[in-house]
Amino acid sequence: MQGPLIDTLARRGVTRRTFFKYCATLASLMALPPSAGRAMAEAMAAAPAASRRPSVIWLPFQECTGCTESITRSHSPSIEGLIFDAISLDYQETLMAAAGHQAEEALHHAMKENEGKYLLIVDGSIPLGLDGAYSCIAGKTNLEALKEAAKGAAAIVAMGSCAAFGGIPKANPNPTGAVSVSDIIKDKPIINIPGCPPIPVVMTGVLAHYLTFGTVPELDKLGRPKAFYGETIHDRCYRRPFYDQGKFAKTFDDEGARKGWCLFELGCKGPVTYNACATVKWNAGTSWPVESGHGCLGCSEPDFWDGGGFYRALSRPADPLKMAATAAAVGAAAGVAITFANRAKKSSAKAAHETVTLADLEK
Amino acid sequence: MNEMQFLTWVRGPGLDIAIGIFLLGVLWRLIEIYSLGRKVDVAPGRHRDGASGLHTVFRRSVPPPGMIKRSPVTYIGGYVFHIGLAIIVFLFEPHIILIRDLTGLSWPGLPSQVIDLVSVITLGAMLVVLADRIKNPVKRYLSTFADWFTWTLTFLPVLTGWMAVQHLLLPYTTMLALHILSVELLLIVLPFTKLFHAFTVFGSRWYLGKINGHRGVPV
Amino acid sequence: MSASLQKGINALKEVIDAPVASYFNSCVHCGLCAEACLFHLETGDPKYTPIHKLEPLRRVYEQEYTLLGRLKKMVGLSKAVTDDELEEWKELVYDSCTMCGRCSMVCPVGNDIVYMVRKLREGMAVSGHAPDGIKGATKRTVEIGGPMGLKWPAVANVIKKAEAATGETINVDKPGVDYLVLLSSMEIVNYPEYLEALVKIFKKAGITFTLASDAFEATNAGMQIGASDIAKVIVSRIINSAEKLGVKYVLSPECGHAYMAIRWEGPNLIGRPYKFEVRHVLEVLEELRQKGVLKMKDKFKEPLILHDPCQIVRRGGVLEAPEPLVQTVAENYIPIVDKQKWNWCCGGGGGASAIHTEEAEALRAKAFRIKKRQIEENGVNTMVTFCANCRIVIEEGFDHYEMNTQLLGLTELLAEHLED
Repeated sequence: MQGPLIDTLARRGVTRRTFFKYCATLASLMALPPSAGRAMAEAMAAAPAASRRPSVIWLPFQECTGCTESITRSHSPSIEGLIFDAISLDYQETLMAAAGHQAEEALHHAMKENEGKYLLIVDGSIPLGLDGAYSCIAGKTNLEALKEAAKGAAAIVAMGSCAAFGGIPKANPNPTGAVSVSDIIKDKPIINIPGCPPIPVVMTGVLAHYLTFGTVPELDKLGRPKAFYGETIHDRCYRRPFYDQGKFAKTFDDEGARKGWCLFELGCKGPVTYNACATVKWNAGTSWPVESGHGCLGCSEPDFWDGGGFYRALSRPADPLKMAATAAAVGAAAGVAITFANRAKKSSAKAAHETVTLADLEK
Repeated sequence: MNEMQFLTWVRGPGLDIAIGIFLLGVLWRLIEIYSLGRKVDVAPGRHRDGASGLHTVFRRSVPPPGMIKRSPVTYIGGYVFHIGLAIIVFLFEPHIILIRDLTGLSWPGLPSQVIDLVSVITLGAMLVVLADRIKNPVKRYLSTFADWFTWTLTFLPVLTGWMAVQHLLLPYTTMLALHILSVELLLIVLPFTKLFHAFTVFGSRWYLGKINGHRGVPV
Repeated sequence: MSASLQKGINALKEVIDAPVASYFNSCVHCGLCAEACLFHLETGDPKYTPIHKLEPLRRVYEQEYTLLGRLKKMVGLSKAVTDDELEEWKELVYDSCTMCGRCSMVCPVGNDIVYMVRKLREGMAVSGHAPDGIKGATKRTVEIGGPMGLKWPAVANVIKKAEAATGETINVDKPGVDYLVLLSSMEIVNYPEYLEALVKIFKKAGITFTLASDAFEATNAGMQIGASDIAKVIVSRIINSAEKLGVKYVLSPECGHAYMAIRWEGPNLIGRPYKFEVRHVLEVLEELRQKGVLKMKDKFKEPLILHDPCQIVRRGGVLEAPEPLVQTVAENYIPIVDKQKWNWCCGGGGGASAIHTEEAEALRAKAFRIKKRQIEENGVNTMVTFCANCRIVIEEGFDHYEMNTQLLGLTELLAEHLED
């Protein structure tokens, strides 16, 4: 990786035209003005040497490596993966060649060299139970590692739902006491890129934005880039017209399912899930869960695992009839008790009745 | 509590509690009311076709002659918002799914654009009857806190439901949760306010029809 | 004397039943009952809204027979009903309510408001909050025999006159005949022609009847004031006499509340059905007409409208008899818009006509404008009715508004044109 990125790309058979087109697409995806695409391309294309390449440290905590899988596999050998040529990925356990002490040294070296400037990417949640003993690297708990790494970071990217919201480790009953990055770090800008895993282009897009402008993109109140998480799956879903017409697949193998009707009744969480799957799709635009016939799980939303079941329609209550029988019995009992009280009262009123005479009409 | 947790709560424990209190209240109140009983009328009755409790239960759904002219806002506004509520509650697909999951019963719904339109009309009709309650001397005279309160509790579910679908003001998740919460509040207060007329209206009409029908008057 | 708030509340506790509970729980404060009440319509005052007239009863119901109401009363959220309040409500429960029952016809949730007014009066009466006028009428009925203080000699006098006019003998206290004929005081004093008419018609039809010296008065002020025990005493005179004489039928006269008292409340007051049948005079006349007995020699020519008395028609169920009878005798009968069970009250029923305070009379005069309009809108100078109380109230209304309108009793009108 010598010389400007554009040269590197050229060596790998990516033309300048293709690269600019990619940047323009990325910019439009992120709802940036058209000029931003050019700026992005120029900024990245010019990224020449180690001195200009910002340092990125990627720390894995309680995670499944799915986020890394996502960012690597689906983009290799496509153009997005190459964006990493524009950065100096100084620590990434899965991707780096180094191991053991060497790896640790690389980490500390990078943190020291780039103090206050490096971008910290975190995937996985941070366990707080048992003083953090559930997950340690190089003898340090994730909590310690995060605090240490966060101190010198310019910004933090919480990659995936675990880092952003606690994810599956945090699901009931949360045995490890898992929390998200933002639960711990309060004094640094944090970009949440939730998803289980997040969409690759969303990850690279945010990085590209950061590289180009040196700033954090506009975020919503859950810390997610608005460009990708501004609308619900439901609102951008190609099956939405069926919802509006009231055409629903009732089972996964019925006529409705074959005709591609709305999966709302089969538990699709599209209406409450903010993500870009419906527009960007997966695997280089090949397809996405709803297109392949399965409802959205809502994986990029907080606590999606505890949302009441993937196959339970959103409008369907958790289990209201459990309490109902008891309540009805109590109500009936109360009614019967009052009946007795009322009967007694009326009887005593009748007993107290003295035959009304003319004298009773006057005070 | 984030919005998803909020939604999960209102769909789970919240709905459990609301339906529980609703059922408890309905049974308690129905027994409390109807167990008071009534004396049998020993005067020999007069038979006349159409004079019975059941006839009156249905007949009272139709305005008596000349009354629409006397009180057009009450009748038209009342019809529109009652029918509107019924359409929204029973013919909106997500509601039907909810009912199906609770009871196993289901029926075809209406396209959501139609429900949208009905919601707007219903909201409008409810605003009109509210304005009438403020403006009309009799209604204003009769109104107590409970009247304003129950109006609000009936209005909110329609408003929040419509706003959720339209993505107004708040994110869908939050609005949907607020919508469900407002319905839960409505369920909780229903047995204990004038909203209970939804149940007693049948008993009242039946008694009226029965008592007057005994004298041979179809009312 | 011995009326007290406590007795009043106790009486209300006795009469509150499931219909009352259902009605109060159903009311949505829509105010439509006000649109059916002539007192509200003619004054525009919202306090005359029918359901509002029941507020004391509603509170007693809520405080005594609902759990939440008991709690509310305990913590002071719901105030107890007081003597002052009942005194204030006197005007609403008596002066401005004729128990016409029109409000019960329009209530969209089906509340029988007049049913509840009748019950509220039970509490008003024994707590000493009934109007003096009705109290006086009740006292006279119990002590003397009729609300106007008439005794048998006055009736005997009317009988004598009727015998002279018709040349027939009228039975008194004769057992085994078909009908025991009742009169109302107002007929005895103001409309003695009623008896003459009856004699003529029954003779033609071959119906035998008698009057009873111990039970000639049909009215029942005890029911109007809302004292069932007293109403029972009054109605029992008729029942005892009729059962003693062994008549088949008792004939209720052209008096609204009398029909309600004898036909519908009576059996419930004594707790059993009678050994005879009660029939309203119009029911009998209509039957005779259908049989062809009631033939007219000529017809009344002037255009006229009919005033259906509330207690006989809307509340009593004599729905179909009046109109064909009027059509039989009148050439120019004009059916009015709000007729039969939709008719508007004269403004003086339910005992209201016995209240002679200045305010009550002024209110009645205002309420009468609705009848005045009916007459004017139909452009007639004649109105027919079949209730002695309506007749008095309407005549008062004519006087008040200096109207040049003629008011006729239906039975008399029929008798006048009856084929000889």
